[in-house]
Amino acid sequence: MSEILRLEKVSKAFGGVTAVNEVSFALEEGEIVGLIGPNGAGKTTLVNLITGVHPLSGGRVVFAGQDVSRQKPYEAARRGLARTFQIVQPFPEMTVVENVAAGALFGGGLRTRQAASEEARRELAFVGLDHVADTPAASLTLPNRKRLELAKSLAMRPKVLLLDEVNAGLNAAEIDGALELIRKIAKRGITIVIIEHLMKVVLSISQRILVLHHGELIAGGPPREVLEDERVIEAYLGAKFAARIKAEGMHA
Amino acid sequence: MTSGLLGRLPAGALGYALCALWIALLAASPLTGDNYLVRIAVMISMFSAMALSWNFIGGFTGYPSFSTAAFFGLGCYVGAIAQRNGLPLFAAWALATLFVAAFAALLGLIILRLKGHYFAIGSIAIVEVTRLLVSSWGSVTGGGDGLNVPLMQGSPGAVAAQVLYAMLGVLLVAFAATLAVQRGRLGFGLRCIHQNEDAADMVGVDTTRFKIAAYTLSALFCGTVGAIYASWVGYIDPTDSFSILLTIKVPVMALLGGPGTAIGPVLGAGVFVLLEEFFWANFLQWNRAILGGIIVFLIFFLPGGLLKIDYRRFYRRAAERRAAGKAAA
Ligand SMILES: Nc1ncnc2c1ncn2[C@@H]1O[C@H](COP(=O)(O)OP(=O)(O)OP(=O)(O)O)[C@@H](O)[C@H]1O
Ligand SMILES: [Mg+2]
Repeated sequence: MSEILRLEKVSKAFGGVTAVNEVSFALEEGEIVGLIGPNGAGKTTLVNLITGVHPLSGGRVVFAGQDVSRQKPYEAARRGLARTFQIVQPFPEMTVVENVAAGALFGGGLRTRQAASEEARRELAFVGLDHVADTPAASLTLPNRKRLELAKSLAMRPKVLLLDEVNAGLNAAEIDGALELIRKIAKRGITIVIIEHLMKVVLSISQRILVLHHGELIAGGPPREVLEDERVIEAYLGAKFAARIKAEGMHA
Repeated sequence: MTSGLLGRLPAGALGYALCALWIALLAASPLTGDNYLVRIAVMISMFSAMALSWNFIGGFTGYPSFSTAAFFGLGCYVGAIAQRNGLPLFAAWALATLFVAAFAALLGLIILRLKGHYFAIGSIAIVEVTRLLVSSWGSVTGGGDGLNVPLMQGSPGAVAAQVLYAMLGVLLVAFAATLAVQRGRLGFGLRCIHQNEDAADMVGVDTTRFKIAAYTLSALFCGTVGAIYASWVGYIDPTDSFSILLTIKVPVMALLGGPGTAIGPVLGAGVFVLLEEFFWANFLQWNRAILGGIIVFLIFFLPGGLLKIDYRRFYRRAAERRAAGKAAA
């Protein structure tokens, strides 16, 4: 395995508020990494920094050996840094297949709209949305909209995929389906960062967990270690919860 | 059998056929020898070309631009000044086109950072700023006194026909450009920007470049039209060239016909100019009020424009009524 993405002391201040403070970590190719932290910890901001939505206040982002700290979002997309939005962002008046074709044409670098459409249909089959390919995106149910976001990102042929709460608002059965899909995506060799509030979900899928609190990275490592980390328990999990989830996790 | 011809032909093909017929009619107007008719045909072609231009930024991209009069006015002045300095007619028109395109591209870099209402206000301010610049740079532009433009050669009828064909030429090029954009990568990207600019950025659309391309396309044909107009009327002044009324009329035409389509702006411009002529002739004082009325009507009843009305339904209803009438008889 080799390194695909590295953050070096990445910081972001909005006016006086430091949303992300000197965060450093590296991702290996093909990893699934969970990013957790309380509301307002800076998780979404971190995704925005990695994908060029906000300019960095300090530090560096290195992608595949190249300094990309000053990139624009569309450049991140073309390089292979894809993300989904916490609040889904479809092109509402286009069909589902057109939505995905946009990803293939602009982010994936396909030449023609025809080729982009074909690629889009393949990705829709992969995420299980081929049966609604020709309906307007606005008519999809929430779980399907989340799948659409995934298909759109996949059509961009990403190397790294940042998933900002793709499971939020889904019920238990739908989450199981989504997790299965995320594992299938990881099998394609795509590095995945998953932001998620449900600890069970994070623990079941992540090989490694990063914990953000008040914009700082307070822990990082295998799930078991992170669960035992004093600071993580104090800041995020709470002692009771940590004990319970550990007990459940150990039996599983 | 209820939907007849409309049902069997793809709506697109029928639309294009009617559009071609309409343009042929405009082109045939000099055959009547009626100068008033030719003048109306010129106005229709000219506004169709400008409505098609506006459609690139306002229709496809969804940026409510009110800069049309700035582009038209600059086209008038660059064309006129070039001709006064001895450039041949076509070279002057070409220069005006290039100048206005370059102006829009540079301006786009700044103004397209604004969104929504802010963009609308910024774009309308440009009309005022360019008008002020032109009227205060008296040594070149003649200031408030305006400029005489060398007259075109030929009888009034021949000149009107030449102007008509020039305007129709611009109309056709703008129409072809619209179809090319609509079917290509640029048009797809503009639609993405229209529906969700952040998401467009995120799927890899270089939104800044795409918007500048759309804004430039919305300008350059207006530049050509302005220069042709200046040669036609033979005299221009700042108030007439940079008219706020023009800057509002053109978007209204595109909205009336159907923004974001190729045929809509042509339809809207035609309907609008004809309505305006009719009201102008019959109710002189009410002319402005009627423009306002159309705008209000558009906003409340026709958000998709005339093209989006379900004509097939009307047609079916009429057929059903006819059938019911026969059955009763
Ligand atoms: N564009 C912005 N302008 C100003 N402040 C911002 C902006 N974006 C985020 N913040 C602030 O940065 C901090 C981190 O927010 P962020 O959305 O990254 O948190 P989060 O970890 O994603 O939270 P959640 O779990 O609720 O999604 C918050 O205090 C937020 O108010
Ligand atoms: Mg968030």
